Amino acid sequence: MAIDTPPKGFIGESIKRKEDDRFIRGKGNYLDDISLPGMLHMSILRSPFAHARIRSINTKPAEAVPGVVAVVTGALLEQHKLAWMPTLSGDTQAVLATDKVRYQGQEVACVIANDPYVARDAAQLIDVDYEVLKAVVDPYQALKPGAPLIRDEKKDQKDNHIYHWEAGDKAATEAAFKKADKVVSLETFYPRCHPSPLETCGIVADINPATGQATLYMTSQAPHAHRTLFALVAGLPEEKIRIISPDLGGGFGNKVPIYPGYVVATAASLLLGHPVKWIEDRSENLISTGFARDFHMQGELAVNKDGKFLGLRVKMLSDNGAFYADAQPSKFRAGLFHIVTGSYDLPAAHVETDGAYTNKAPGGVAFRCSFRVTEASYLIERLVESAAVELKMDPAEIRLKNFIQPEQFPYKSATGFEYDSGDYPRALKLALEKIGYEQLRKEQAEKRKRGELMGIGVASFTEVVGAGHGTEYDIAGLRMFDSAELRVHPTGKAILKLGVKSQGQGHETTFAQIVAEELGIPASDVEVQEGDTDNTPYGLGTYASRSTPVGGAATAMVSRKLRDKAKKIAAHLLEASEADIEFDHGKFFVKGAPSKSKTIQDVAFAAYTNLPEGMEAGLEGVTYYDPPNMTFPFGTYVVVVDIDRGTGQVKVRRMVAVDDCGVRINPMIVEGQIHGGLTEGFGIAFMELITFDEQGNCIGSNFTDYLLPTSWETPRFETFETVTPSPHHPIGAKGVGESATVGSPAAYVNAVIDAVGHLGITNIDMPVSSDKVWTALQEKGAAE
Amino acid sequence: MLPAAFEYASPGTLDEALALLDQHADDGKVLAGGQSLIPLLKLRLASPAFLVDINRIPDLDVLEERDGALVIGALVRHKTAERSSLLANRYAVLAEAAPQVADPLVRNRGTLAGSLAHADPSGDWGSVMLAVDAEFVLRSRSGSRTVKARDFFSGPFSTLLQPNEILTEIRIPARRGPTGGAYLKLERKVGDFATVGVAIQLQMDDGKVGTAGIALTAVGPQNIKATEAEAALKGQTLNDKVIKEAGQLAAKAAEPRADLRGSEAYKRNVVRIFTERGLKRAYERARGGG
Repeated sequence: MAIDTPPKGFIGESIKRKEDDRFIRGKGNYLDDISLPGMLHMSILRSPFAHARIRSINTKPAEAVPGVVAVVTGALLEQHKLAWMPTLSGDTQAVLATDKVRYQGQEVACVIANDPYVARDAAQLIDVDYEVLKAVVDPYQALKPGAPLIRDEKKDQKDNHIYHWEAGDKAATEAAFKKADKVVSLETFYPRCHPSPLETCGIVADINPATGQATLYMTSQAPHAHRTLFALVAGLPEEKIRIISPDLGGGFGNKVPIYPGYVVATAASLLLGHPVKWIEDRSENLISTGFARDFHMQGELAVNKDGKFLGLRVKMLSDNGAFYADAQPSKFRAGLFHIVTGSYDLPAAHVETDGAYTNKAPGGVAFRCSFRVTEASYLIERLVESAAVELKMDPAEIRLKNFIQPEQFPYKSATGFEYDSGDYPRALKLALEKIGYEQLRKEQAEKRKRGELMGIGVASFTEVVGAGHGTEYDIAGLRMFDSAELRVHPTGKAILKLGVKSQGQGHETTFAQIVAEELGIPASDVEVQEGDTDNTPYGLGTYASRSTPVGGAATAMVSRKLRDKAKKIAAHLLEASEADIEFDHGKFFVKGAPSKSKTIQDVAFAAYTNLPEGMEAGLEGVTYYDPPNMTFPFGTYVVVVDIDRGTGQVKVRRMVAVDDCGVRINPMIVEGQIHGGLTEGFGIAFMELITFDEQGNCIGSNFTDYLLPTSWETPRFETFETVTPSPHHPIGAKGVGESATVGSPAAYVNAVIDAVGHLGITNIDMPVSSDKVWTALQEKGAAE
Repeated sequence: MLPAAFEYASPGTLDEALALLDQHADDGKVLAGGQSLIPLLKLRLASPAFLVDINRIPDLDVLEERDGALVIGALVRHKTAERSSLLANRYAVLAEAAPQVADPLVRNRGTLAGSLAHADPSGDWGSVMLAVDAEFVLRSRSGSRTVKARDFFSGPFSTLLQPNEILTEIRIPARRGPTGGAYLKLERKVGDFATVGVAIQLQMDDGKVGTAGIALTAVGPQNIKATEAEAALKGQTLNDKVIKEAGQLAAKAAEPRADLRGSEAYKRNVVRIFTERGLKRAYERARGGG
């Protein structure tokens, strides 16, 4: 028996991704690949104005176009009580505008036609009479008295303020600041960016008029939660709703919310008795769907002369756009932003957050981030850099001085988290060693003497991912557990069905490997299924790096459940007592007699053919896993940059990334995740930006204006690891999908600040573009 | 991104193409590489009723030296220019500009002549052609005419090209003697339009500057020929002082506008810096024969 070949795909093996076979052959099945008989196409007419009252809508010219089947307006939806829908943050959002439009790009009317081109042509013919109102695009302006009231349809809404939320101990923090030798401050803006998955959002809604069966093919990161929300919002019976989230071309948080287009297409299919397809074009995706960040942050660090941190005080104002539609656990109004104490032993901290409505697109999704951890990590890592500059300390040294120490875990943070595990000094020291920190500092000193600008940026991030526990974390009331169902067939092959949903993360491989490890069935024999709510157990979906921490744990637990039963069957087959049976990677044997053994395949066959007396047939199970705590991935990133004083261009010379995500299931996939995140972080740090002019016109509505990095400018990454297993996760994994997006922007920006800090430049807001760098240098008389 | 409806023809000869254009002078458009036109159609910023695809027409892809000129046909792709050993060996400013145009996907299909006819003030080739004093052959059904690059551009996206004409050929004076060129471009990422671009062409004469060509990208309503800077260099020995002065004159010639790519002052400064650096690089090349 060939034991070593082919690879079984146990934990720690970099086997090739099972799903790539179909992707690289062009045989994936994405939303836009779906075509049903009699299918109609929908196109959305969007508002050209950021704030305007709708006086009238004339749909007649559009209805007259041959091929047009229907034109849907807000007035029509209102008759079915569907003009407004709830958001994931407990607010309401217009499906199609009835009274006014509140941001440029808002959905105003939909045309349904027998051809997508006809639908688009006709949508342009709809005549909307607008009375343009004054727009407000800055949250500080929005909160001033006299600012235009955006949500005038809400009874109790008298201003543009959305929420106020605090964490930490205010009094203790005040006391810490009083004791401190020095207060280091940083005011910084994390600009609006966009997840920009390659595949935009869409739906094919197919409601059978005879049976009432609603099959909704949707670009959904959370198909089960979406099914329940559809049932609650549209009043459809949940047993008749089947959501199928096919292959997804990226998500990054953009496919968590429910968008108006999904709702209108579903309503249209119900009313017309035909399948209706709607898929966004690129501009629609950029201007209307879940953006990210747009956080205005003020941080203050109380420090002693020796560099020891005493306390942290943070004020944050989030710009949520026209509807408060953040996707986040319902108890936390600014997501998990209060993880802002980061990797540091901060005895006291206080965080105050507020949100404001503006005439901008709604959303505020966590773009490759566990509910606002990115913003928090950016602020604290930038603030620590400021402290290093002001105290003239080395940024690595000041971190080492203030890290939570390995022996302090589990560590209770000042804002209420219990960090499960970590070894921050080890990751930082490894990163410094790999980049050759000492030598680089010498080079920098020499260059500085010659007037050349070179910087070394450090960021030591800590994330909080893998929600729940369910009593603490819920989405719209749904507790954040997740599930796995495992069926082992008589021939020893298995199907694993999950409540999470891959958007490219490699679930079909990673989760098969967990089964391989726990049950010994080779990963190649485990078929992983996700995304079809009729065929998978209930789960909350994939975002916030929760698939491996929660869905992965459920997979391990259900595998163990089956292993327990398998052991009983093995004992029966080996005619031994169950207590004497041992298991090792797919082999059951009698203690002390390893030659007397049965494979998992033997046992699986027996589960259907030769059972112990009284045992139920089959080898199947399902587990719902509610994690006892979050997991806390961490790492240190170090970046080296050179700056051209004539043009302000920043060249990233090197980027070393040390990540600790606990046990790595498939190291190659983990590396891929890190590369992707470091690239997105690079884009955010240097080029990605959605901005608005004073009238609320969106600048960044296509890839000419919204810049995504390509392989040409993206730096080469040098990646390394430490492994600190999560003590509460069944296999010690922590989740890695978002670490690099969370941790890297601060490292890139800190490198720039490290190059120019000695000139008195303490902040350049992202994106750190050449012109901003040159202007900062110019102001200090240091530009060429 | 769905364009409005249009008619399409793909003629096999230049005469047929010119006849079609003549017929559809009001609402026709030439489709060559399509790298500007197709995005405009998809964004519905342009909706011509008739597209004349010239890609099937033979002999428009000529790239050679002929009768004292470097001749570039209407269908020469950026990629062809990028990989041409003729340009690499003898026309440094073209060779250096080519790989900086847009991104590899655009360069595979897009054409030099199409880019010039489109006349985006952020286009790189316009500056290159101004620096090397190129001329363009414009053909219509009724005949052909030749115009100088410096007369061709008349504003943003506007040129002397008539709706019934095709820019069939670019002609550049063939290299003679010690000549050097350079193209410097600042962009926010690969594939972005230039924030600033500077094209330099130097013809040395007995150790001194014979003629200098300097032209600027993305800092005005059209590509700008920095004539004062060019004139100041003529007959000079290239030293730091002369180079600095030329840089300042080029910066003065720029008419930048503030936008997301930077302030007016910033862009002007980059023009100055790039002119200085470009002159040094071009001079090195002229001396080294490269």
